[in-house]
Amino acid sequence: MTLTAGVDMGSTATKALVLIDGRIAGSDTRPTGSDPEQSGELALKTALDAAGAKLDDVERVVSTGYGRRVLGLADEAINEINANARGAAWLGSSLGRVRTIIDIGGQDSKVIALDPDGVIRDFAMNDKCAAGTGKFLEVIAQLLEVRVEDLGTLSAQATRPVAIASTCVVFAQSEVVGLIARKEPRPDIVAGIHRAIASRVVNMARRVGVEPVVVFDGGPAKNEGLRAALEAELGLKVFVPARPQLVVALGAALVAADMVGGGGEGVG
Amino acid sequence: MSDEDPVVAGIDLGSTYTKAAVLARDRIAGTAILPTVVDLDACAAGALDGALAEARVARVDLDMVVSTGYGRRAVGVAAHNVDEIYAKATAARWLGSPWGPVRTVIDIGGQDSKVIRLDEEGALDKFLMNTKCAAGTGRFLEVMARALGVPLERLGEIGLLSKDPVELSSTCIVMAESEVVSLIAERRAVEDIVAGIHRAVAERVGNMAKQLGVLEVVFFDGGPARNAGIKAALEAVLGVPLYVPKNPQVSAAIGAALVARDAVRYGKLPDGRPAMGAEVPGPADGRGGATTLLEAGDRR
Repeated sequence: MTLTAGVDMGSTATKALVLIDGRIAGSDTRPTGSDPEQSGELALKTALDAAGAKLDDVERVVSTGYGRRVLGLADEAINEINANARGAAWLGSSLGRVRTIIDIGGQDSKVIALDPDGVIRDFAMNDKCAAGTGKFLEVIAQLLEVRVEDLGTLSAQATRPVAIASTCVVFAQSEVVGLIARKEPRPDIVAGIHRAIASRVVNMARRVGVEPVVVFDGGPAKNEGLRAALEAELGLKVFVPARPQLVVALGAALVAADMVGGGGEGVG
Repeated sequence: MSDEDPVVAGIDLGSTYTKAAVLARDRIAGTAILPTVVDLDACAAGALDGALAEARVARVDLDMVVSTGYGRRAVGVAAHNVDEIYAKATAARWLGSPWGPVRTVIDIGGQDSKVIRLDEEGALDKFLMNTKCAAGTGRFLEVMARALGVPLERLGEIGLLSKDPVELSSTCIVMAESEVVSLIAERRAVEDIVAGIHRAVAERVGNMAKQLGVLEVVFFDGGPARNAGIKAALEAVLGVPLYVPKNPQVSAAIGAALVARDAVRYGKLPDGRPAMGAEVPGPADGRGGATTLLEAGDRR
């Protein structure tokens, strides 16, 4: 039996995933909070519990993500571009072979281009500007007094999405305050924000080159409205894996399995 | 008052503050600053009346009012409006500096920043403007002051106490705010955090200035220019001293007043079109007659 784990130490959420013989046996997602290492340990232990395993059973732990170096339990740290590419290619898509990954994180966004063999051809990353990241959604949700996870449902009721003039999240915040004051319907505001984020991310994707199939992952990929906005902006269908937030942790667990020689071949 | 010696006013309707200046006998007779609120026209009228009171001039005695700033078209009392780049350049040339003629204006506003170059005659030559990203604007200082629980106007003195400024890795305000919150949690000294914030703003604005090219004398303008920490940080980035006028927040209003003065004196606007009559319409009328001069984009 090969048992490995991947821990994705993100800026906003910490994700852990346990792989037993090429099968996802358990996982956990929790807010990173102010003590990333503790969150990483807790996520790993919870994922192991779910898999019915103990820390001693784990042959290798690979950490990834922005806080990957603070996890003392990890045997190895790899960057999240590689982890994401490995995870997404392994999962595959119902639309065919994965060639482009759009990953929107809590405080960054990335586009990864894969060649037909699943090898990374190129990538682009924005970690400088909060526009085009999950932070934008968070700020707007707070302003509208709704939960981030409800934004997708809300935007589905939009009839006339507003045009957001500001690129900058800080300026958009003031703009949304004005829209609320003018009694613009919330669904229209949220749909406008989704469009703004999608346009920002797609601009980055176009610099790398977009080939179908496009996979959309990261926490914000759970937002149906954002996915629809991305599809409209790209003019392409976008595949969202069942648990988009865990793709990077999965990739890290797969790399861990490669290291001990028990990696799943994958289906992608 | 005669056409040679008109009494005029300029109103700068900024995103954060509304400023007014009254000019009489070629002298700044009164100024006023009010926070910009939803009713822009009322803000403009309030600032104008404040400046008039200081100047001891009645509204009916004004020969002309010209507006500028982002809300310039909403100023009913103004006969004309002029973009803020032109207004700033005009004011910087007229105000001058004790070190010689001004060749570069660096202006940090509440929600934008600009760098303007003047030619040897003091005429507007070229400019760069950032209105897209809140980093490098007064908003950055505002957000960070709030995160630190320090009054905005005290940032300057606090920052100057620092011996070991922090290095902020984020450019973006949203991300820098989280960074500042962690620095507070790590118990970094407030003065070091503030100095790091000043440096971040200075680098951002300084890079834009270097892109345009900096010639001395450099005139440092806008509300944040009153912050001695920002001034020192920007001087360190550019390697040249900055001249801060006595009242940096009202320069654009002074520039608009100068445009009004020349319009009355010569009957012409900066773009050569004839100026409207010398009467100043009341707050309720005149809106339809206002014209826009020199849109910022036109000269790019």
